[in-house]
Amino acid sequence: MSARDNILKRLRERTDGPLTAPDSDFGVVTGRGWSAEERLERFERWISSVHGEVLHTTRDSWTTDLVALLQAKGIRRLALGREHPVAAEARAALAEGEVTLIDADRDVEEWQLEQFETTDAGLTSTRGGIAETGSLWLWPTPDEPRLISLVPPIHIAVLDADTIEDTFFDVIEAHGWAGGMPTNALLVSGPSKTADIEQTLAYGVHGPRELIVLVRHAEERP
Amino acid sequence: MTVETYTPRAFHRQAHDALGNPQIRSNFRRAMDGLMTKRRDVFSDWDLETLRELGANIRLRALARLPDLLEQLEANCEANGIRVHWAEDGEEACRIIRELCESHGAKSVIKGKSMVSEEMHLNAHLEAAGIEALESDLGEYLVQLNEQTPSHIIMPAIHLNTDEISDIMHDKTGTDRTRDVDYMTAAARAQLRERFMNADVGVSGVNFAVAETGTLCLVENEGNGRMTTTVPPVHIAVTGIEKVVEHLRDVPPLYALLTRSATGQHVTTYFNMISGPRKAGEHDGPREVHLVLVDSGRSRIYQDDELLDTLRCIRCGACMNHCPVYTRVGGHSYGTTYPGPIGSILMPHMLGLEETKDLPTASSLCGACGEVCPVKIPIPDLLVRLRREAVGEGRGNVHGAGVKRTKKEVAAWKTWQWLATHPSAWRGSLTMAGKLRALTPSKLGPWTQYRTAPKLAKRSLHALVKSHRREGEGES
Ligand code: SF4
Repeated sequence: MSARDNILKRLRERTDGPLTAPDSDFGVVTGRGWSAEERLERFERWISSVHGEVLHTTRDSWTTDLVALLQAKGIRRLALGREHPVAAEARAALAEGEVTLIDADRDVEEWQLEQFETTDAGLTSTRGGIAETGSLWLWPTPDEPRLISLVPPIHIAVLDADTIEDTFFDVIEAHGWAGGMPTNALLVSGPSKTADIEQTLAYGVHGPRELIVLVRHAEERP
Repeated sequence: MTVETYTPRAFHRQAHDALGNPQIRSNFRRAMDGLMTKRRDVFSDWDLETLRELGANIRLRALARLPDLLEQLEANCEANGIRVHWAEDGEEACRIIRELCESHGAKSVIKGKSMVSEEMHLNAHLEAAGIEALESDLGEYLVQLNEQTPSHIIMPAIHLNTDEISDIMHDKTGTDRTRDVDYMTAAARAQLRERFMNADVGVSGVNFAVAETGTLCLVENEGNGRMTTTVPPVHIAVTGIEKVVEHLRDVPPLYALLTRSATGQHVTTYFNMISGPRKAGEHDGPREVHLVLVDSGRSRIYQDDELLDTLRCIRCGACMNHCPVYTRVGGHSYGTTYPGPIGSILMPHMLGLEETKDLPTASSLCGACGEVCPVKIPIPDLLVRLRREAVGEGRGNVHGAGVKRTKKEVAAWKTWQWLATHPSAWRGSLTMAGKLRALTPSKLGPWTQYRTAPKLAKRSLHALVKSHRREGEGES
């Protein structure tokens, strides 16, 4: 018999007989009932507490803020997608400037070295945010592959304020994740970090050392 | 720095040595104190008991349906394009991984953190086959550079302080000697980036494997896990068969418990959910993903209603952070892959009680481990159960049961039992013992190592009370 059959047989023919499965009450991980402001406040508080930077902007003016951000951070080479409106708008706004736009929508094998060694930042859209933990959720696509949020030293993520939900559980349920998972789904909560050297926090150990979230609001906040 | 080999058989000597090492004691003490405070604070606004209850129930439900869920996981993984392999033990799992590497002509493997791979000594196995296996988690990398094993399941290099790490990096990689943690981290980043790019295969562990969707979940802060599972052309995930959960919705509560219990974090930087290799049209990610399911004694633990609770563990390490023994002797003293309370209840099953008979006694039974365990494993009860197994009083279904049973001890207890149930013999022997008290030995094995040997009183309490009463009666 194969290892598989042996293992399954042992598990099925359990000495102490069949087990009963207890019910699970998920109430404790949902039902927060926060208002939009509370959600935003929590999201910002938590992601900032782990070294994430939040910049508030609007749907109309975000690319202006992006240009200023790139300049402030000295970002000269930016990897980004093409089709997603976030990438398309960014490309349009940056077309004339000095920032070199690097196409992320091609096989990584073609530009691995470039991505690892000379790309300053990666720009991605996000699918939403999670207020309870200050997390972003990303489902990388052919347009915005997995590594542009990981390999360059700075990750700029664009988040629409109205896509922030209360908890991870709520996100999974509301968007029917179980019905069809992408090859890779991600929660990102801050830049890469480690505390492996005597509990001292250090950022950017393997992934980005900076995570900047551009939170887009429908209109100017009063 | 001397490199030592630790074994569970030598627990007492190793613990003794660690206790005499002020460096080890202060490294652990400081780290564990900090972790305990952080854990307490991070749960302060949670209904922790309800969350633990949910966590325990999710794990119990998964175990109740374990064989079905494993089959469902396999079917859904295969449907997603993940190849699933089964291994009876670590040796078989190592062979499967080596053969997969060889079939791709792999010369170098980059590894994310995986306790199962430690358990099966994967690195040594691959190296013997001429395949280099490099750890990419910073703590694991440092420990590997130092030719050691991890001393904690979450923080592998917790036994080392900054100066020691600086020395290791200087000696092995030529970096400057420094106390600047950012400098050392940046150096490790540069050293490993190249290795990620050039690795032929990435090997990772799994925190939760979701049967419903065929998804492998990985929890991490550094991004090395994402690199390992994305950059090399082949990704091999390896996990114990107990890591499966039924539904995707089971994941958020366990993830919430895991990060908070382990390091007092609300959430980790990355939560990576992998449901297949790179698809047509996608531009990165491995072209092949494999999942190796390892038994290694787990299905044996599964047979027994009581021992089964051990399999609920989500490897958060909270039990070791709170254990008064672990915090004093450190992880290496245990001489096993999993140290601390969880190691003391898990390792006897994996290695047998002959090897590990002292581990269940490495506890004051203060109950802290059971109190903090996010999935409510009754660790103290299991420690007692294994102590009983070791002296031949349990069900005898743990490997090496009865190894600590000695004829002398059995005879002594039998005699005691007989005396205690025969009043006149009991009284007679007490009087006799009182008379012979001068002969009481002054050395009673380990008992008198730090204590003075007890001496019997001339007269028993019973006799004293009796005569006292008589005197009292005479007075009235
Ligand atoms: S036994 Fe409990 S506390 Fe210890 S590592 Fe496992 S889940 Fe965590």
